[in-house]
Amino acid sequence: MKQTKQDSSVPIMDADAIRRALRRVAHEIVERNPDLKSVVLAGIPSRGVEIARRIAEFIRASEKIDIDTGIVDVAMHRDDVGTRAELPVVRESKLPLPLEGRTVIIVDDVLFTGRTVRAAMDAISSFGRPARIQLAVLVDRGHRELPIRADYVGKNLPSAASEKVRVRLGQTDGEPDAVWLFKE
Amino acid sequence: MSARWNRKDLVGLRELSADEINFILETADAFKQVGTREIKKVPALRGKTLVNFFIEPSTRTRTSFELAASRLSADVINISASTSSLTKGETLKDTAKVLEANHADIIVLRHSSAGAPQFLASRLKASIINAGDGAHEHPTQALLDLYTIREKRGKIAGLHVVIVGDILFSRVARSNIFGLTKLGARVTLVGPSTLVPREFEKLGVTISHKIDNVLPQADVVNLLRIQHERQRKEYFPGIGEYTALFGLTKERAKLLKPDCLIMHPGPINRGVEIDSEVADGLQSVILDQVTNGLAVRMAVLYLCGGISTP
Repeated sequence: MKQTKQDSSVPIMDADAIRRALRRVAHEIVERNPDLKSVVLAGIPSRGVEIARRIAEFIRASEKIDIDTGIVDVAMHRDDVGTRAELPVVRESKLPLPLEGRTVIIVDDVLFTGRTVRAAMDAISSFGRPARIQLAVLVDRGHRELPIRADYVGKNLPSAASEKVRVRLGQTDGEPDAVWLFKE
Repeated sequence: MSARWNRKDLVGLRELSADEINFILETADAFKQVGTREIKKVPALRGKTLVNFFIEPSTRTRTSFELAASRLSADVINISASTSSLTKGETLKDTAKVLEANHADIIVLRHSSAGAPQFLASRLKASIINAGDGAHEHPTQALLDLYTIREKRGKIAGLHVVIVGDILFSRVARSNIFGLTKLGARVTLVGPSTLVPREFEKLGVTISHKIDNVLPQADVVNLLRIQHERQRKEYFPGIGEYTALFGLTKERAKLLKPDCLIMHPGPINRGVEIDSEVADGLQSVILDQVTNGLAVRMAVLYLCGGISTP
């Protein structure tokens, strides 16, 4: 019998849980950054961009302020080009310039090895020298290969290295919001 | 991810699909933006070695490839005809094998013989990028022309592109014809009948020998350089006569639609195929072509040099 993904998957978060987690992350960002005007939410395509948009919306609702958002593409900053069967698609980065004096918060869906975040930090540095860089993720699943830690975490999810985390968001995937853990 | 690209070589536009051409142009968008950053360099090809292997002289194409490779963090060495062992009687294949034994990952080849890049591509593991082979193809020039049209006009399909000049000996024209027709543009070739023979109609283009009839309908005019260093007398009446019949003079430029783009692959012969005032005028996108060439070549090097070859 062929199993569908849902059959072998464990549901971790549904739409409500994702909404509550991102609202809490938004509050934590407000609490940690009194000067919200200096903050830039830089999403990593494609789900990080959508998560950054949602966090910005929560901040707008509670603080009545529009914070800057941007896109940081990591494909051309990866360290594994030429070793992967499929080349990552490069996209255009969009950040409000200059970055000097600003707090750039990298936003992504899943934090795993940390290599994507390292690439994102390199990419941001090529646009300028922000005052600080922070990291916000929906899910931290562990298994870091670099000394990187998130400042804001929607959900800590202890997982086996052999497992996979699947995030689905309505706007990027055309499926209901959900996080699943599954074995291949 | 990028199931849209799986080639290690870029030999010509003839064998590419419209989707592959569009994918290169989209990738170039991302690399164009790198040029606006404070640090104009990304590590995408770090550790790779690129050889600019130019058997025919070229400054701008070689420089553009060299800069593109540097911005991708690849190491670059330049070999020209005079510094290569080809002058000592070594064959092209042997020279290329030696380059590969020195761990060259990407070879950018400019050669006077049509088919030389294909010859190497099928024999070497390294990526081969055609930087112009004889009168065959010059794919990165056509890609930067396509990119510039798409950037300035927002689309390529449905536009009427007029290519003027020495079509017969032009690899730029050939690559442009393949690229433009695949992406849905209408192409008209203009020039003296000796340099624009009827056989080109087989490629799906229109031919005209009267430039004044064509210019009012053009969305893009691409003027090819008159290669007087290669021109043989029997094909070509004389520079003055050419300018009178086919040059884009100030007066002729008045026939153009106000939003018609004027392009030229360079180097320009001012006063021959184009008047100075027209080359420097508002409709001219000649310098945009140079800037876009860098982005397009970064995209091609990234796509061909970045895939893992078994």
